[in-house]
Amino acid sequence: MTKSKSWLSLSGIGVFAVLLLAVAPLMLTDHWLNNLGKYCCWAIAAVGIGLAWGRGGMLVMGQGVFFALGAYSMAMHLTLETAGDRIPGFMVLYDPLAPLPMFWEPFRSATFTLLAIVLLPVIVAGILGYALFKRRVKGAYFAILTQALAVALAVLISSTIRETGGDTGLSDFKYFFGFVLNDPANKAMVYFIAAALLIVCLLAVWQLYRSRFGELLVATRDAEERVRFLGYDPANVKLVAFIVSALMASIGGALFVPIVGIITPAEIGAAASILMIAGVAFGGRASLFGPALGAMAVGWGQSSLGSTWPEGWTYILGLLFIVVVLFLPNGLSSLPARLAAARRKPDVQPTPVIVAAELEEVRS
Amino acid sequence: MTDASLVVTDLRVEFSGFVAVGGVSFDAHPGEVRFLIGPNGAGKTTCIDAITGLSKGTGSARLGEKELLGKQVHKIVRLGVGRTFQTASVFDELTVLQNLDIAAGRHRSPISLLRARRGVDPSIEQALEETGLSGELATQAGILSHGQKQWLEIAMLLVQDAKVLLLDEPVAGMSHDERTATGELLQRIAAKRIVLVVEHDMDFMRRFATRVTVLHQGKVLSQGSVAEVQADPKVQEVYLGTAGAATTAAMSVVPEPVAATKNRTED
Amino acid sequence: MDALIAPLLNGSAQGALLLLAALGLSLTFGQMGVINMAHGEFLMIGAFAAYLVQQVIKASDLSIPVALPVAFVVAGLFGLLLEVTIIRWMYRRPLDTLLVTVGVGLILQQAALQIFPSQGVPVEKPSWLDGQLNILGYAWPLRQLFTIVLAVACVAALSAWLKYTSFGRRIRATVHNRDLAETTGISTRAIDRLTFFVGSGLAGVAGVAASLIGGTNSQMGAQYIIPAFLVVAAGGIGQLKGTIIAAWAVGVALSYFAYWTTGSLAQVLAFILVIVFLQLRPQGLFTVRTRSLA
Repeated sequence: MTKSKSWLSLSGIGVFAVLLLAVAPLMLTDHWLNNLGKYCCWAIAAVGIGLAWGRGGMLVMGQGVFFALGAYSMAMHLTLETAGDRIPGFMVLYDPLAPLPMFWEPFRSATFTLLAIVLLPVIVAGILGYALFKRRVKGAYFAILTQALAVALAVLISSTIRETGGDTGLSDFKYFFGFVLNDPANKAMVYFIAAALLIVCLLAVWQLYRSRFGELLVATRDAEERVRFLGYDPANVKLVAFIVSALMASIGGALFVPIVGIITPAEIGAAASILMIAGVAFGGRASLFGPALGAMAVGWGQSSLGSTWPEGWTYILGLLFIVVVLFLPNGLSSLPARLAAARRKPDVQPTPVIVAAELEEVRS
Repeated sequence: MTDASLVVTDLRVEFSGFVAVGGVSFDAHPGEVRFLIGPNGAGKTTCIDAITGLSKGTGSARLGEKELLGKQVHKIVRLGVGRTFQTASVFDELTVLQNLDIAAGRHRSPISLLRARRGVDPSIEQALEETGLSGELATQAGILSHGQKQWLEIAMLLVQDAKVLLLDEPVAGMSHDERTATGELLQRIAAKRIVLVVEHDMDFMRRFATRVTVLHQGKVLSQGSVAEVQADPKVQEVYLGTAGAATTAAMSVVPEPVAATKNRTED
Repeated sequence: MDALIAPLLNGSAQGALLLLAALGLSLTFGQMGVINMAHGEFLMIGAFAAYLVQQVIKASDLSIPVALPVAFVVAGLFGLLLEVTIIRWMYRRPLDTLLVTVGVGLILQQAALQIFPSQGVPVEKPSWLDGQLNILGYAWPLRQLFTIVLAVACVAALSAWLKYTSFGRRIRATVHNRDLAETTGISTRAIDRLTFFVGSGLAGVAGVAASLIGGTNSQMGAQYIIPAFLVVAAGGIGQLKGTIIAAWAVGVALSYFAYWTTGSLAQVLAFILVIVFLQLRPQGLFTVRTRSLA
């Protein structure tokens, strides 16, 4: 990234921040503000996918796993907070006498919960990534394995009804760290947290993309073996990006819970993970804003069209994958550059230092 | 720099039963441009692959006191062994500066990796000057000419401070002038580092080699100065036996372009 | 004894079903490098084809034998259509084929959901599959044996076809060296289409077998696709032998895990098993490294 381009992106984040934190709360009803908060959660996860997939070349098809780690950590805490000293209602339903499952206990603590939201994905992604990358598992295998993990986790949660709520999930949260969730003011506060964290995540990847690490990540994506012959271990480079993306998915999941008020295996399984990918592909996986904006667009489609016209929405989603891959591999964010390139003489090279992956189709 | 030498002893590489390299020994020292030649399939590139950890080899390859065989690729690199490939492999989507910066970066702390680059490392400027790429600092590597890509690869080895440069056909596809420039560059570099070149181009070899090792069917056929190797009857025999007298002639007298074609037909 | 034999036999049948689902994948993925996520939906198409055949030929004794070739052809034609319209543009871009076929799979699922009742439709078993076979005191359902026989027949047919017919030889030649194959007069385009047709057709056959065990619904393909891919991955690219062993091992492992724990925990355990296995034997996992690193 050149300097000017880099600072332009930073001011773009600034504009985005103003829109999310100042304009949206003034313009939108409580209902839509809450919806926007939900899209922000998906966008946070998407920013991480953009880092891992767009820049790092790791097609993470199982981000639902990390989304789930954050979401269920938060949901367990909120459930316990709502239940107070008693056993959560849904557990009593299945077996009135059994005690609280062991792994729920620590989530009574707010501190532990917050730590878990941050550390669990880091640990899980760390172990998984280390195992896979050191063994040079990549490309489609990596994608399939991560997707398999999401499937497995969703199945596990579905089947452990008493421990996790099963398919009905966890819901009916009354409090959020002491705040009454029914109160619109508190709802708005949760929105602000989500929007602010989205901005923070964008800033984080902005810095990563302009850093030497960002260059190294792109280099690893394009020629992993060559990076090895420069004395780096590409596994470590990928591991860092994978862990950061997992962390972001977890944060998105954690905020999803108080905003939406329910978490179920359907929100984290294969279909949900693919939905996250769809947004990133649509927006432009290697660009800074593409993943976030794409995820928000797909999120909007999912929650509005998905409920009013579900058949049509699935077709649109399916076509989205096909059209984007066939005609716009780098998503909507590459559209301006491509249009500009088309308008210029065909033999003129596009500016060499645009977002790296935009040049992929020039090459292929 | 260092006066450590690269000493390869009884190197063997097998691919599921097929012996690609069968007990090769040679050494290379700073101050000389060492050539590894031989007909295709002689095991030249396989030797380099084994030394750099890409293929599994037995025997020994030592840089100074350190054994290289059996180590992971990136660890061998960190001991100071750098290489290029037959097809130039640079990071096409990054600029020349970014390419070199990555090559120079393995000593950097993880924290400094998270910062953006400010300015250009002196080592990078020096390497750019050495390889004549100073004007291409901001050019995207993918649109460099073929020769420039090869030079960029050599420049990357320079900034990564490789003690040993293993170059696999560095002048393939280059024009005559580019070859000359590359040869002179290699001679300059070799003053302080070990330079080992795998080449097909006999004219290039004759002009710039200090010492030559001829490989044939995975074994060392002959070793010595250019003149000694050319005079070796075994070498003549092999080349007569494989591609006819023309190649032997090519090794000594035929002008460069013809020599190159002869070698290609032999492939 | 029953506790040991039952999971082994059930697992073998489960493995056979997995093998049927994975067989076509090992062809399209292993030989052509296409990651077809819609393969599961082709399996679903085969299952619905069996249902439709039964609507015409009411006698289930006859309809299933008829359904097998029909399902093969119908699913194969869908595959051919996919190859001709989309896949052909993205050879050598495996991740793109993955994404594109995810979209195709979504569309096919939704179409099935709208055409057929959402709870799925039943496929009747022929009466000759009703019985049981007594094996060491365990009454083994004949339809499980049928799955195994079908899988063995498909493997035999596929390997014979690859080995002894000129089409099969051309496929192998194309896989080995596309450019050389072309220069020797092989139409690699035709080979690509044929391979994809056969691979997808095998999914259709698997669909018939699956419909006899679990009925049909629009989601059934999604259940099979990931396990089938894991089987191909664990078996090694393009290794028919590996695919067979891996499918059987995963099937039996799933069955024993399910016997000892629960069905869902078994899936999780099987996944971990595959990951651990790939840690120990990553061979065949990454592509052959070349000198040029190209």
